[in-house]
Amino acid sequence: MSTSLQASAEQPRLVVRNLSTSFPTEDGLVRSVADVSFMIHPGKTTALVGESGSGKSVTSLTLMRLLAKTANARVSGEAHFVTREGRTVDLLALSDREMRSLRGNQLAMIFQEPMTSLNPVITIGEQIAESVRLHKGLDHGAALAQAKRMLDLVEIPASAQRLHEYPHQLSGGMRQRVMIALAMACDPTLLIADEPTTALDVTIQAQILVLMRRLQAETGMSILFITHNLGVVAHHANDVVVLYAGRVVEHAPVRPLFGAPEHPYTQGLLACLPGKAHAAGQPRPKRLFAIRGQVSSPLSPPPGCAFEPRCDQAQSLCTQAMPALVDTSASRQARCVRVPAAVIAKAA
Amino acid sequence: MQLPRIVRQLMHRRIVMLSAVVLIVITVLALGAPWFASADPNDTAVLDRLKAPSSAHLLGTDELGRDMYARIVHGARYSLAIAALTALGSMLAGTVLGLVAGFFRRLDAPLMRIVDAMMAFPDILLAIALVAILGPTLLNVVLALVLVYTPRVARVVRASTLVVRELLFVEAVRALGVRTSRILWRHILPNLLSPIMVQASFIFAYAILAEAGLSFLGVGVPPEIPTWGTMVAGSQQYADKAFWVVLFPGLAIIFTALSLQLLGDGVRDLLDPKLKKTL
Repeated sequence: MSTSLQASAEQPRLVVRNLSTSFPTEDGLVRSVADVSFMIHPGKTTALVGESGSGKSVTSLTLMRLLAKTANARVSGEAHFVTREGRTVDLLALSDREMRSLRGNQLAMIFQEPMTSLNPVITIGEQIAESVRLHKGLDHGAALAQAKRMLDLVEIPASAQRLHEYPHQLSGGMRQRVMIALAMACDPTLLIADEPTTALDVTIQAQILVLMRRLQAETGMSILFITHNLGVVAHHANDVVVLYAGRVVEHAPVRPLFGAPEHPYTQGLLACLPGKAHAAGQPRPKRLFAIRGQVSSPLSPPPGCAFEPRCDQAQSLCTQAMPALVDTSASRQARCVRVPAAVIAKAA
Repeated sequence: MQLPRIVRQLMHRRIVMLSAVVLIVITVLALGAPWFASADPNDTAVLDRLKAPSSAHLLGTDELGRDMYARIVHGARYSLAIAALTALGSMLAGTVLGLVAGFFRRLDAPLMRIVDAMMAFPDILLAIALVAILGPTLLNVVLALVLVYTPRVARVVRASTLVVRELLFVEAVRALGVRTSRILWRHILPNLLSPIMVQASFIFAYAILAEAGLSFLGVGVPPEIPTWGTMVAGSQQYADKAFWVVLFPGLAIIFTALSLQLLGDGVRDLLDPKLKKTL
């Protein structure tokens, strides 16, 4: 609780307001992200959690403006980003040129697949140096020196030699380190990490997370952490935004969220963790809990709450209209008819 | 099971090596033509016409008494130059076309329909028509052949671009703020080099055959320029009396084209790990 109070005293680095992204398809308009709002404070991590197809990656690609032009995405909303110079810009309204100068420079991104995120025919040193030359205007030698410093920073041994190696000569964990070095090369203030540890094995995952946390502590960057791994969220995030079918269903600081989830979907997700139910005082279940059913098709969403068809606590009210996202306490929001809105005088 | 595979692989390598040696010898001969064949390839001697191979004329003489050896060595210069320029030209044009069509989805259909239309014509027929329109000069033959072979390269490059552009690293470099032109040039193109090189080696071989074919049909380079094609074309009516007038330039064409094809095959196999496994 104290973290969120502290953070709200500062100006957030990124404020996303009512972000919606939809794609026209032959079968109709697909709303991948609908009315998503959240903020990220300097030096803090906000986690975007949800299952496949919940709109996590589309949110990050929309913010980076990396959606394929041919997809004809319709984007609305605002994303106010405070630049290094102290200017506040709307990422969704910037020109392509301005956006390009921010990307890789102040906004950086790490992808899920370290195996294919690096160009196989260019040495890793050159790949890191490219970004530095582009944004910092350094010459080739200085950029390579910076690339070596970055490899040292992400704890790659024998960096001087690794600099001249190709991606296929590195292991998966090493490649993800290189990806982080690449993203961090220009000292970004906001890092978007799209499932950065999903493709790695568990021991390497832990190393990469420790590394990211160390870099965050050293540089004070903000991280938008996209994941479906709740264990990672519990250890890494300050704020959690739970997405379901493109909408925020719950938004809370990490401790209260794990301590007392308000939305049935979040409760279900937590119950899916093997050790969690036992720790909460319930008898250890013989079978792993699973949320029944599947995410509804974005083409034919249920008339009411999107989660209603899978919800064990559904009422007749749930099928009538999508519940609103309501403030349940000073720092929490949830989208469920069962959760009462708290009457709180919100300090702006 | 182990032994034959290794033997086959070795055989394969050996053929590649042999082709490379043949090509190097031909290239050296062509480059140093005045030293290797001191006789003037266009020097006629009516009295010495259609002479069989002898010590004076290593490969005999043709119907105008011109030294066949000198003509083949000097002809190698023109034949190889035409083929090299054709390979280079169609490689450049085809790469640009294929890259643009593969990367910018909106340009794909219009560009590829043009390419399809060009490929629908039989190669040699299109080349004949083009040379007939442009006029039979050395440069026009190259130009015609470039136009004929560009679609082949464009198709291959487009197909490879479609694969590479979907790889995550393209999105990753875009996320680094790299502009599109640089992504194409510095990140996608280097990934396409091996299919482009393989295509170039095949086109080199096709171009030698096509130039010979065009010259044989009388729509190739002017007759005063000795190429292997013009030699066969000019002397073919004397083939029954003096087999060497068509045999030797023919052999030169076959050896060069075959070596290039085998070299291209070998290079492709070496570069393609999937194909290497199934061998």
